[in-house]
Amino acid sequence: MKVKAVAQNNVVLVKVLIQHVMETGRRKDETGKIVPGHFITELSAKHKGETVFQAELGPGVSKDPYLAFQFTGGNVGETVSVSWVDNKGGSEKVDSLISAA
Amino acid sequence: MGFSRRQFIKTVGSSVAGAAVFAIIPKMAFAKWSDKAFMSESLAGAIAAKYGAMPVENSTEIKIKSPEIAENGAYVPVTISANIPGASNITIFSESNAAPLIASFDVMPKMGPDISLRLRMAKTGNLVVLVLANGKLYRASKEVKVTIGGCGG
Repeated sequence: MKVKAVAQNNVVLVKVLIQHVMETGRRKDETGKIVPGHFITELSAKHKGETVFQAELGPGVSKDPYLAFQFTGGNVGETVSVSWVDNKGGSEKVDSLISAA
Repeated sequence: MGFSRRQFIKTVGSSVAGAAVFAIIPKMAFAKWSDKAFMSESLAGAIAAKYGAMPVENSTEIKIKSPEIAENGAYVPVTISANIPGASNITIFSESNAAPLIASFDVMPKMGPDISLRLRMAKTGNLVVLVLANGKLYRASKEVKVTIGGCGG
């Protein structure tokens, strides 16, 4: 997962890019068998212990998900923690330093 | 023996309670994801599973930015923004998908108004955004023409 956080005028813009198959559970493989669903279900971002973004995702989100959002009150040099979990128990967490625009 | 009967009960009792807590936590974490709403195969069903029965009003304060024509339905870039006081949840649906609910966002106190993501669209259809605020749903929709569907199979 790549997380880029940029502060401008007291607003932090966060861009998140995740490598994930986001398998819908409806697609069939070459042999006609349904490929089991494997997708991110929840993603959240924290700044100084406070949740600033909270998302529930599903199979309708594209493969290798991209998400962007903003929050107020963050400053350059502080940390944003972004984490996700998927329906198979997979997870990832990345701490990203807020940089100047 | 160092263990009195009382101590034994205390120790076993607390570890049983501890185990019970651990047994409950993963279940709660899983239950948080609105699986019924995400798996629902109609827009109305997904909305009902997510919000229950609620009054719905169209709103011009919800903006949906998306291409008029998406060449590849597997990656449709969309930005939604809602300027509705008291909003607590924002959910986006693609009406023509096998499972219309795409993503749902809980509004956090410091969250900004714009959310961008890339989503799948099976075919030409409406993107629908619902915003929950003060016990009421606000709705906006926008059609996207899809050249090649993005849901495979």
